Amino acid sequence: MLQRLRRRRAENGQTSVGKGPVTPTTLLDPIPIPSGDPLETVLLSAGGPVGVGDLELVSPTLETIRSAGVELIVPLIGQGELLGALYLGPRLSDQPYSSDDRRLLGGLAAQVAPAMRVAQLIREQQAEAKERERIEQELKVAALIQQTLLPKELPAIPGWHVSAFYRPARAVGGDFYDFIPLGDGRLGVVIGDVTDKGVPAALVMATCRSMLRAAAQRHGSPSQVLAEVNDALVPEIPAAMFVTCLYAIIDTERGDVVLANAGHNLPYMQTSDGVVEIRAAGMPLGLMPGMDYEEKRYTMGSGEIMVLTSDGITEAHDPRGEMYGFGRLMSRVARRSDDMVTAVVSDLEAFTGPDAEQEDDITLVVVRRSSSAQDSALAFESGELLDAFTVASEEGNERVAIARLAEVVAPLGFEERDVERLKTALAETVMNAIEHGNENRPELEVGVEVRATDEVLTIRVTDQGGAKEIPEAQTPDLEAKLAGTQTPRGWGLFLIEKMVDEVRSTSDGRTHTVELIVKRKGAL
Amino acid sequence: MDSEFRATTAPLDDGSVVTLVGTVDRGAKETLEAAYAEATSRPGRVVLDFRGVDYINSTGIAVIVGLLARARAEEREIHAFGLSDHYREVFTITRLADFMTIHDDEEAAVAAR
Repeated sequence: MLQRLRRRRAENGQTSVGKGPVTPTTLLDPIPIPSGDPLETVLLSAGGPVGVGDLELVSPTLETIRSAGVELIVPLIGQGELLGALYLGPRLSDQPYSSDDRRLLGGLAAQVAPAMRVAQLIREQQAEAKERERIEQELKVAALIQQTLLPKELPAIPGWHVSAFYRPARAVGGDFYDFIPLGDGRLGVVIGDVTDKGVPAALVMATCRSMLRAAAQRHGSPSQVLAEVNDALVPEIPAAMFVTCLYAIIDTERGDVVLANAGHNLPYMQTSDGVVEIRAAGMPLGLMPGMDYEEKRYTMGSGEIMVLTSDGITEAHDPRGEMYGFGRLMSRVARRSDDMVTAVVSDLEAFTGPDAEQEDDITLVVVRRSSSAQDSALAFESGELLDAFTVASEEGNERVAIARLAEVVAPLGFEERDVERLKTALAETVMNAIEHGNENRPELEVGVEVRATDEVLTIRVTDQGGAKEIPEAQTPDLEAKLAGTQTPRGWGLFLIEKMVDEVRSTSDGRTHTVELIVKRKGAL
Repeated sequence: MDSEFRATTAPLDDGSVVTLVGTVDRGAKETLEAAYAEATSRPGRVVLDFRGVDYINSTGIAVIVGLLARARAEEREIHAFGLSDHYREVFTITRLADFMTIHDDEEAAVAAR
């Protein structure tokens, strides 16, 4: 960047300022000297002011300078670089510049140049700092958008265990995942990745997520959902940006998984025969309209696991530059683990090393189908026993049970609202046990056991009515009750199901057990 | 366990207020129905004051449903106030809240018409 100015000089050789009979000072528009112009070379090597009349160069810049009436160029040089130049017009006395004038101007230039260099450096640094701040701010916004839109909680489905892991890279890529309840025991599962990073990627992710949610409610087929989202996304998405995305619909009653894949990492199924990749062909979303997406089906058996990943996992590098890759991921998934998310993440961390900066977002969604009884027993037995007591089967004793529960859970950090919900759920469960299980026979006891893991609190209520059928909770028909065509009663099971995250009933022919399960705050 | 329930009735400008105290379960049925009958000997709405209620269970909800059924047959408005946040949620979940007007406090309940 070159600073140029011309001063008409007063007759006494000083720059004219203010009043006086002299021609007023005029400023010239800046005339930059492009890098590589022959004039630059001349000025750098001149060792002092250069008279324009002495120069014979083929340089358009020199012509511009000459025609602006410049007579003398005083180069400002610092550390071998041309930092700027002073352009001076003819002396007001019409005398040529003397060698004294030139020496004086040369000395002045030697003083000015270093100061100008410092000023330039400071300005560059300030611009850099501003740019860094802008980037930081943008990263914050991108992270905020992304985190706001990722699911706040995981679906709780009896007989299934869903877990997810998301860790953004510093520059925040465009990974996302989503769970979409579809009714009739069906669950939509999405994992995707927007090319590009930062705010643009986060905005595309937000758009894509909304489109997926809307399309998922309209179509029961994953290929139709992806085709529709693709067509909707093409006109919205910036050029050269696209989205890889896998969409699966799980029928949680039957274990059937139907999926389509828009160019995302292949899903892995961990089966008793090893790991199976499910290949469903499809182009990434947002590239071109009218795409078809292949659909694949798989029926998950008890204990089988589906693992969905983003390329932040498979494309992570170790310190020698080797990629983690699909092979390592597949062999990690092949080894059984009760906590596949942690298993994969620790394996990846061991590979990249402890100090590695994460290159891209890492996203992992693991869906496990397990038999409800196994799952329940596992979760319950692994919890810490907080309390176990019994109450006699007499009306009103549910209040004894909830008073004791309130004391037991007091140190666990539940919010008051959650404690109240737990109390209502337990009261109703104990009432059912007293009345229906034990038929109000005071000599029969209702057992209550409270256990907690870091993730869940589980309350087990056991009565002696094991041989009886366990009724299903039905949504009471309030209109019918108000019209008198249905008994006003029948609220117990309905309330219990609304008050806790999950209710499980089991029976062994002698006893009947109901488990109330609530997630603890802060647990995934 | 103490499951006592009491209910008293007082007139309002435009109906009556029934003050419930104690536990609302099936044991509250007769007392509450008697209080309702007394309240509805006057014309106008019935305001239920739940401030003194410490526990409501599903059998108590059934009792309130019975009351709402009677009120609906008689085309009488039911208002309520003094419910804890938790029981307000229970009333919402069970949709009882759709058939009565629930107010934040006594002042709002009395002022409403």
